[in-house]
Amino acid sequence: MSPVIKRKGEKFTLPGKYLLLILTILCTVLMLITFGTDVFNRPLNAVVGYVVVPFQQGIGKLGGWLSNRSEELVQIRRLLDENARLKEEIARLTEENTLLQQDKYELNNLRKLIDLSEQYGEYSKVGARIIGRDSGNWYSSFLIDKGEDAGFALDMNVIAGGGLVGRITAVGPNWARVTSIISDNSNVSGMTLSTEDNLMVHGDLRMMAENCITFSQLVDSRNLVAEGDKIVTSNISDKYLPNILIGYINTITKDANNLTKSGLITPAVDFEHLEEVLVITDRKQTVEEN
Amino acid sequence: MLRKFIVTLFVLAGFILQCSVFEKLAFAGIIPNILIVLTSSFGFMRGEKEGLVIGFFCGMLSDVFFGSFLGFYALVLMYIGYLNGKFSRIFYPEDIKLPIALIITSDLSYGVICYILLFMLRGRLQFAYYFSHVILPEALYTAVVTLFLYPVTLKVNEKLEIREKRSAQKFV
Repeated sequence: MSPVIKRKGEKFTLPGKYLLLILTILCTVLMLITFGTDVFNRPLNAVVGYVVVPFQQGIGKLGGWLSNRSEELVQIRRLLDENARLKEEIARLTEENTLLQQDKYELNNLRKLIDLSEQYGEYSKVGARIIGRDSGNWYSSFLIDKGEDAGFALDMNVIAGGGLVGRITAVGPNWARVTSIISDNSNVSGMTLSTEDNLMVHGDLRMMAENCITFSQLVDSRNLVAEGDKIVTSNISDKYLPNILIGYINTITKDANNLTKSGLITPAVDFEHLEEVLVITDRKQTVEEN
Repeated sequence: MLRKFIVTLFVLAGFILQCSVFEKLAFAGIIPNILIVLTSSFGFMRGEKEGLVIGFFCGMLSDVFFGSFLGFYALVLMYIGYLNGKFSRIFYPEDIKLPIALIITSDLSYGVICYILLFMLRGRLQFAYYFSHVILPEALYTAVVTLFLYPVTLKVNEKLEIREKRSAQKFV
């Protein structure tokens, strides 16, 4: 007699193996559907967002408060020194800034002369707090405490401390997931600031411990790119806005094919101690596909 | 009903702790896998069905927040819960060796499956590196966390079972 058939007076229960089969089929179908589209993501993201995110925000705030209290005690003396040093630096930078302002004024005038609109003005940014990180050890992504309600959308760029952090890869009403550029599944199209040579920047799990990311496909035919050069996002990337600092070249080696170069980049952002990030709410202009 | 509520609470708390508090307790960037501990311990304590359902929901949570598509972690954790449930017949609450061995084995196989499907298929073939730097440390750290977390789940489960037995007797 089949175990599924209901006997008289007995409560109906589904045996484990049938449930396993049903859920396996469900998962497979879900994977196939969500691989290409995101039909389920919106409602699901909303539901889990309202259940889980408030707790994470609470824990994040509590943790932040505790670590702030303990650090305050330790760091007062160090901060006093740092304050004095920073004041000197401010004075120096203010002077430098006025010089640059003059240059900018001149530049704008010259641009006006040749009728070139400002290539990239100030991007508009919104700050967000990190409330959780990836639950596994394979990829590097994290959750932030604002989402669609704050105007965030997929593929918006995220920066912190002047460098590129990553981009938004999932968004709910009150949270968003940021996949960082050090994550193993992340690729960014970059270029060297000095020579404008294009290259590809990949995250690599094996380099994560050394706080490095790898780059490849650098065609440097004139041999001008050197260690320490600045790498920024390129104009031809379709997800990232141009000229955001990625990092500095750490090592550079010629590939076996003698045509391209690859090596390591030290990111401009300290990914281990990220707490707040800025989300750029402007998105890269894309060509409409018909 | 009470069981469902408490297990849901465990899963949510486990997930939230894993992606917020354990980040601060990470050793060399490695965090333990609480979801495996929950899935596998409820599996061998309660049987295949409960193991697979808890595995499914644990996996679904990670999928929604961190997966690039839905269903992957849910599928892996569901099978882990189901297979752990097979051991419920030889499980005794007094014995800690079987739970620890099962949880370590579960986490190792979870790591290997993740490596094969997420990394090897993208051409990252250095298995020895990933095994010694990600999979093994995660399993060992998880085992350490198990020593603290498993007695809690065991106690709560015992309390629930006593309660269920009592209410079942009332109806007879």
